[in-house]
Amino acid sequence: MIKAILIFNNHGKPRLIRFYQYFAEDMQQQIIRETFHLVSKRDDNVCNFLEGGSLIGGSDYKLIYRHYATLYFVFCVDSSESELGILDLIQVCCYFFKMLCRKKQMVFVETLDKCFENVCELDLIFHMDRVHYILQEVVMGGMVLETNMNEIVAQVEVQNRMEKSEGGLSAAPARAVSAVKNMNLPEIPRNINIGDINIKVPSLSPF
Amino acid sequence: IPQTPLNTATMIRAIRSARTQCEERGVIQRECAAIRAQFRQADNGGRSHNLAKLLYVHMLGYPAHFGQMECVRMIASPRYSEKRVGYLGAMMLLDEKQDASLLITNSIKNDLSHSNQYVQSLALCTLACMGSAEMCRDLAPEIDRLLRASNSYIKKKAALCAVHIVRKVHDLGELFAPAARSLLAEKNHGVLHGAVVLITELCERNPETLERFRKTVPDLVQIMKGLVISGYSPEHDVAGISDPFLQVRILRLLRILGRNNEAASDAMNDLLAQVATNTDSTKTVGNAVLYETVLTVLDIKSESGLRVLAVNILGRFLLNNDRNIRYIAMTSLQRIVGTDHNAVQRHRGTIVDCLKDQDASVKRRALELSLALVSATNIRSMMKELLLFLSSCPLELRAQAASGIFNAAERYAPSQRWHIDTILHVLTTAGGDVRDETVPNLIQLITNTSELHCYTVHKLYRALLSDISQQSLVQVACWCIGEYGDLLLRGECQETEPVQVTEDDVLDALETVLQSHMSAPATRGFALTATMKLSTRITDNVDRIRSIVSIYGSCIDVELQQRAVEYNALFKKYDHMRAAVLERMPVIEKNSPGHTNGESTREAVKEVQPAKVKQAETLLPQQPASQVQGDDTSYRLSQDCISNFLKRFRNPVFLRLTSFCWLF
Repeated sequence: MIKAILIFNNHGKPRLIRFYQYFAEDMQQQIIRETFHLVSKRDDNVCNFLEGGSLIGGSDYKLIYRHYATLYFVFCVDSSESELGILDLIQVCCYFFKMLCRKKQMVFVETLDKCFENVCELDLIFHMDRVHYILQEVVMGGMVLETNMNEIVAQVEVQNRMEKSEGGLSAAPARAVSAVKNMNLPEIPRNINIGDINIKVPSLSPF
Repeated sequence: IPQTPLNTATMIRAIRSARTQCEERGVIQRECAAIRAQFRQADNGGRSHNLAKLLYVHMLGYPAHFGQMECVRMIASPRYSEKRVGYLGAMMLLDEKQDASLLITNSIKNDLSHSNQYVQSLALCTLACMGSAEMCRDLAPEIDRLLRASNSYIKKKAALCAVHIVRKVHDLGELFAPAARSLLAEKNHGVLHGAVVLITELCERNPETLERFRKTVPDLVQIMKGLVISGYSPEHDVAGISDPFLQVRILRLLRILGRNNEAASDAMNDLLAQVATNTDSTKTVGNAVLYETVLTVLDIKSESGLRVLAVNILGRFLLNNDRNIRYIAMTSLQRIVGTDHNAVQRHRGTIVDCLKDQDASVKRRALELSLALVSATNIRSMMKELLLFLSSCPLELRAQAASGIFNAAERYAPSQRWHIDTILHVLTTAGGDVRDETVPNLIQLITNTSELHCYTVHKLYRALLSDISQQSLVQVACWCIGEYGDLLLRGECQETEPVQVTEDDVLDALETVLQSHMSAPATRGFALTATMKLSTRITDNVDRIRSIVSIYGSCIDVELQQRAVEYNALFKKYDHMRAAVLERMPVIEKNSPGHTNGESTREAVKEVQPAKVKQAETLLPQQPASQVQGDDTSYRLSQDCISNFLKRFRNPVFLRLTSFCWLF
């Protein structure tokens, strides 16, 4: 079972935190700090498995991590998970986050002097909820759910479209604009006669 | 007037641009106040955004409990966007212990039979994450229904949800067993994966269920064959291997089913051989499958040929460039070194090479394995490597290495001299990291090897001259010099090149130890006693000894002072007894069974202690390297010695005299 998925940056700031076992809030933050402490001490040329650390689940757990540019991806697992399998899974997850967040067309490129983080980290920061939804298609209840890339991508897209189609207030202006753009104004009749009502349509310049 | 909350991106930017922790707290507090106000209104607009912002803030470590009720409300909303974030919030902010979680039970129940599969999936996900035992019991039949009659998207989620339910309420395993069995006929890999995980869970919990599921071994073998042999299947392909994650899961289940069962193990033998030989090990995913295969082969009742193949795969892993693979290979080898000792021995060379690996975790594993592989035949070459390792190993491993070497030396020493040399080598290299009982153990070993007394004392004297910082070594050296000083002075030695040593040289050496700031108090005690003992072994410089002893009569260290005073008394009033008291120690017997390693010795001595106390404080055992009470060098023979004296001299001063640790 995967007990927790922790993604934090080189300074220990949490970027995505998901616990599959309940911990109180202060405990969660302590676990994040301890994990960062353990993982940041490691050289880049040592193996990606860490035993030790005392907080989660006693002795039957290890940390499996990967370090990509400015982010640490750490999976806290117990002995029922295959270590090499989890390493592969981390790679899969990272790929997904990069790929799908980019597709959202909302990549913020901060000005150069503020940008110490690479784009993947920014994706995580600004789309935390979306990343959680993606993660939910890969890992559920602490267990690996699906690893077929196409399947996951398809499911996430459908759900995002569903959310968008509901719209709500924030989407209304966008919908209005696209609706207006789709109107074919020149075809509207100059006079509309319905019974007694006579409406004179003002002349509108085409968009 | 509550502030209008910022939209999500703006808030995040505001938090990130805060330059201090205090500023960040300020921004967050303002935002949370605005969010709280919004929650209180029955506002429809930005609800999902507000909760999303709250979850962001929660991740940073700020309190977000006031969002719990909002989660409940959102989950009950008919809009998908709100349900989605509501369920996410519930999973992050709630757990079964909180009251609010009870309120979502109904929503989950309804959503499980929603017409929209994505709403169903949200409910399944939440139930699998935080479902309480009651919720699980309540909803288990619904999950069972979904396992049987729904699309694959829902089935795979229902399977994992069932795993959670079984973990919470063990009895419900029975309920899911039939559905799990029939899921094995599915084609969809996600569903298969979920089914295998569920069956694994059921088998691990209940031995009877395990028995029943053994019948599925042929089906599982069939599925695996399909994955291994199947041609290029782009959907599930990861670097040329067909759905490695599913393969690993199935292999794990096969392991559980084949354990301790001949028939099941036979049924999977061919398949395992096939996977082991055909899987491409040049990619990481291939190695994950291979590794799992190896673990399965080693855990079930496999043919010996297959076992050798498995161990050889592990041996190949040891040579892999990827550190992770080397590390897990070593972990596995360690597990089987007891049962498949000969097979692992074949890879001894590679394992020993890993002692030089840069990674500390790999080194640790290599050390443990190497120690396990030491035998009577390879002791000399292994010890060379281990001693080399000791001289350059990381600090945290030194104590383990030193004690491992001692144990190995004790069990397989080809000769006494080799044994003593080895121990001396360790003391010179890592004297500060050896365990406390090393000193008495070594002394005991030395006294028992009477033919090597001369050799030993010469070696130790030379070691003492070169370095007096390693306390254990210095203590042993002082003891030997005190005891065998006459052999040292005689200047002839068969085993080693003799050195011309004068009495003054020896006394200089001991005085250096006495006066050095590097010497621990216990060490100085050794040196003083040794000096005293030499008074009967040398001829010319007895006066020098007398003066040394009398100087320490006013030493600040109470222990040393007491000793010196008593030795003085031995010179003055009890000179006629001096020779007898300081004569050569008899052969020391170990009075604890088996080897000495701390615990057993201490227990033996604890029993001896009260008996000794009864003999009117005759002898207190010396504490060698540390202040640990008791070791087995407080001996029955010396007790006899003292009790003889007591019978002859019922002198209170003498009783006082015998209360010091004069043997060391």
